[in-house]
Amino acid sequence: MKRRARREKDRIFKLFLVLALLAGVAALLLLLEEVLRKGLPWLDFRFLTSFPSRFPEQAGIKSALAGTLWLLGLTAMFAIPVGVGAAVYLQEFAGRNRPTAFLQLNISNLAGVPSIVYGILGLAVFVRALALGRSVLAGALTMSLLVLPIIIVAAQEAMRAVPGSLRDAAFALGATRWQAVRRVVLPAALPGILTGIILALSRAIGETAPLIMIGALTFVPFVPAGPLDAFTVLPIQIFNWTSRPREEFRLIAAAGIIVLLGVLLTMNAGAVWLRNRYQRRSES
Amino acid sequence: MKSRIRPSGRYEGLIIGVLFLCAVVSVLTTAGIIITLLRETIGFFREVSILEFITETRWTPLFDPKHFGILPLITGTLMITAGAALVALPVGTATALYLSEYASDGVRRLLKPLLEVLAGIPTVVYGYFALTLVTPAIRSLFPETNIFNAAGAAIVVGIMIIPMVSSLSEDAMTAVPRSLREAAFALGATRREVSTGVVLPAALSGISASYILAVSRAIGETMIVTLAAGATPRLTLNPLESIQTMTAYIVQVSLGDTPFGSIEYRTLFAVGMGLFTLTFTLNIAGALITRRYREVYQ
Amino acid sequence: MSSTSNQVLGADGLNLWYGTHHVLKGITLGITRHRVTALIGPSGCGKSSFLRCFNRMNELIPESRVEGRIHFNGRDINDPEVDATEVRHRIGMVFQKPNPFPKSIFDNVAFGPRVNGYRGDLGELVETSLRRAALWDEVHDRLGQSALALSGGQQQRLCIARALAVEPEVLLMDEPCSALDPASTAKIEDLIGELKERYSIIIVTHNMQQAARVSDQTAFLLEGEIVEYGRTGGIFTRPEDPRTEDYITGRFG
Ligand SMILES: Nc1ncnc2c1ncn2[C@@H]1O[C@H](COP(=O)(O)OP(=O)(O)OP(=O)(O)O)[C@@H](O)[C@H]1O
Ligand SMILES: [Mg+2]
Repeated sequence: MKRRARREKDRIFKLFLVLALLAGVAALLLLLEEVLRKGLPWLDFRFLTSFPSRFPEQAGIKSALAGTLWLLGLTAMFAIPVGVGAAVYLQEFAGRNRPTAFLQLNISNLAGVPSIVYGILGLAVFVRALALGRSVLAGALTMSLLVLPIIIVAAQEAMRAVPGSLRDAAFALGATRWQAVRRVVLPAALPGILTGIILALSRAIGETAPLIMIGALTFVPFVPAGPLDAFTVLPIQIFNWTSRPREEFRLIAAAGIIVLLGVLLTMNAGAVWLRNRYQRRSES
Repeated sequence: MKSRIRPSGRYEGLIIGVLFLCAVVSVLTTAGIIITLLRETIGFFREVSILEFITETRWTPLFDPKHFGILPLITGTLMITAGAALVALPVGTATALYLSEYASDGVRRLLKPLLEVLAGIPTVVYGYFALTLVTPAIRSLFPETNIFNAAGAAIVVGIMIIPMVSSLSEDAMTAVPRSLREAAFALGATRREVSTGVVLPAALSGISASYILAVSRAIGETMIVTLAAGATPRLTLNPLESIQTMTAYIVQVSLGDTPFGSIEYRTLFAVGMGLFTLTFTLNIAGALITRRYREVYQ
Repeated sequence: MSSTSNQVLGADGLNLWYGTHHVLKGITLGITRHRVTALIGPSGCGKSSFLRCFNRMNELIPESRVEGRIHFNGRDINDPEVDATEVRHRIGMVFQKPNPFPKSIFDNVAFGPRVNGYRGDLGELVETSLRRAALWDEVHDRLGQSALALSGGQQQRLCIARALAVEPEVLLMDEPCSALDPASTAKIEDLIGELKERYSIIIVTHNMQQAARVSDQTAFLLEGEIVEYGRTGGIFTRPEDPRTEDYITGRFG
C-alpha cells in the first residue's frame, strides 16, 4: 500500500516538473507565433529598404538596420580586443592574490549591473564629458563597456579549459609566457572565446535602454555616414512602434522584431558554424 | 650561456602592460559608474532633503507641484519583482531539477538550447509580448485592468528570468556529488525523494544565489516595464493598475528633453543611484554565496 | 663523481619547497655528459620536482621556492642574469603523458625553433628531428595532419622530436613510457640508446628493468634525499644501502 502511494507521489512530482518546463517552452512558442503571424505580412523588400514614416504602410527599417550594423561593427572593434586582453591578463599573467580577486569580483559584479545604469554612465561620460554627442560612436562605447564582462568571463573560462600540460610543453621548449599564450593557449581556446564574443554582440544588438539614455533618436530618416552621426537601432525602432497606440504600428513592430530575431539567429548560427569548424580542425 | 636578445621576447613587457590596461578598464567602469551617480546625486540632495526623498508618498518631479518621494517608484519596482519571482522561481527551479535529475541526455540536449533562446530574446521583444498578448489575456479575465498594468509586466519579466534561475540552479545541482545521490538510492529512496531530500538541500546555497541574481535582474529590467507597466508612479499594491518602476522613470526622463543640470535631470541620477545600490548589494551577496558553494565541492 | 669537464649538469645543496612542504632536502649530484642517468624512487619522493629544477619549470608554480645551485656547463642557471627561456631551450623536456599541441605534426616540431627565432631551413630541421626520434618514416607523408590523430606511442616520439628540434644538450624525460604499450616502450628505449650519442639524458622511471636496460648511472631518491648514486650495474647488483636494495627488489612499502 505504502509503496504504491509513494510511486503515485513520484509520478505527480515528475508531472509537475514537466509542466513547469513546458510553461517556459510554451511561452517561447506563443511569442514566436504571435510575432510571425502579425509581422510576416508586412515583411517585404520595401520594408527593409524604406526609412521610418508617419504612415505605417510606408514605414521601413532601413535606418535602424544600418544603425544596428554600425553599432555592431564599432562595438566589436572596441570590446573584443579589450575583453580578450583583460581575460588573458587575468587568466595567464595576474598573480593569485588579493588585487586579482578584487578584479575578478568587480567583473562578475559588473555583469549584473542593470543595463540602464550603463546608459547613465554613457550619457555622462561619452555624450557629455567627451562631447561625442548622441552619436553611434558614443553608443558603441557604451555598449562595449556593457558587454565587456561577458567576453571576459567567457574567454577566461575557455582558457581555463586548456590543459596545463600544453602550457608546460610550450614553456619547456623555451617559449615566453606571451608566446605560450599566443601560440598555444589562445588557439586552443578559440572556439570558446568565439562563442562568448557572439553572445556578447547579440546582447549589444538587442539592448534598448542604454541607447535610449544616450539619446539614440527614434526618428532617423537617414543612414549614418560616419561614427559621429546620429543613429537609431532596431530595438529602438521596435520600441517606438510598439509604444504607439495605432494597431498598424504594432504590426510593423512585429515585422521589425522578425528582422531583429533574424539578425540574432544569423549571428548565432555563424557562431555554431565557426565553433564546429575550429573544433574539427584542432581535433582531427 | 650568453643571453641572446630574442626576437619575440623583446616586447613581452610591453604586451603585458597593454593586457593589464585592458583589465583595468573594468575597474574604471565601476569607478565611472559610482562617480557619475554620486556627483549628480549629491547635487540632487542639495535641493531635496533626504527625509522628503524617503518619506514623501508622491513622485512628480516632471510637473508642478513637484514632489520627490521615491516610495511609489520603490513599490512599483517591488511589485514587478515579486510578481516575476512568483513566476520564475518555482518554474526555474522545477526546470533545473528536471534537467539535472530526470532528463535523458537527448532531452537535455534539446531543451537547454531552447532555454538559451529564451535567454537571448531582446527585452524589447518581451515588452511587445507583454503589451500585445499577456495584458489582453489578463483584461479578458479582469475587465477593470488598466491597459498598462503591473501584472502583465511582472509575468513577462518572470518568463524572461526563468533561464537565469534554471541554468544557475542546474549548475548547483550538477555540482552535488554523485555519491550523495547513490547513498540515498541505495537506501531505497525514490527519485523524487532523492531530488527533494538530497539534491535540493545540498544545492541550496547555489539555488539561493541564482534566486538573488535573478531578482536583481528583475529589479534592473527596463524595457518590459517601460512598455507594459505604465508611467504613473503610484503608491499601490494592486497589480491591475498602472504604476511606474525606477527604471521606467529613468527612461521617461531621458525620452523627454530635460535640460542638463536641472533638478529633473538630477532625479535621473538619484534614482539611478538607488537602483545601482540595490542591485549591487544583491549581486555581491549572490557572488559570495556562489563562491562559497563552489569551495564546498571542489 | 666524474671530473668537472665530463659533468654537464650538477646540483649543489639543492632545496625545494612547495609552500611549506619541503620536497628536496639538500641534494648534491653531478650528471655525466653523453650518459643516461636514471632517477628512481617511490611515488612522491620528489623525482619530477627534481627534474623540473634543471630547466627552471618549478618557477611557474607560484608557491615554489628553490635554494642551492644548479650548474649547467659550470654556470649557475638560477643566476638572475640568465634567462629561463634560454635555459629551457638548451635543456629539453619530455613529459609523462604525451602532450602534443592541437596543431599539425609539422607545427608541433617547428614550435620550438619558431619561438626561439630560428633562421635556418625549418623543413630540414623538422625532418632531422623527426628522423632522430625515429618517427619520420611513419609520418613523412602527412606532416600537415593534426598531431592528435597519432597513436600514443607516436605522439610521445613526436614530443621527443619536438624537444630535439630546439637542439638542446640535455634531455629530461619524466616517465616517458608510463602511458605507452610494450611495443612503443621498446621503440623509445632503443631511441634513448641512440640519442645518448648526442645528448645527455636524465630519465625518471618506475620500471626497474627499464632503468637497468637504458641507463649508465642510477640515482635512488627517497623522501627528497639521494640515498645512493652510482653506476647502474653496481646499484642493481650490489646496492650499498639496505633501503636501495629493499626498493629495487620490490620489498618497499
Ligand atoms: N605543484 C605542486 N604543489 C604542491 N606540492 C607539490 C606540487 N607538485 C608536487 N608536489 C608535492 O611534492 C612531492 C614530490 O612530488 P613529485 O611529483 O616530485 O613526486 P614524484 O617522485 O615525481 O612522484 P611520482 O613517481 O608519483 O611521479 C609530493 O609530495 C607532491 O605532493
Ligand atoms: Mg613524477
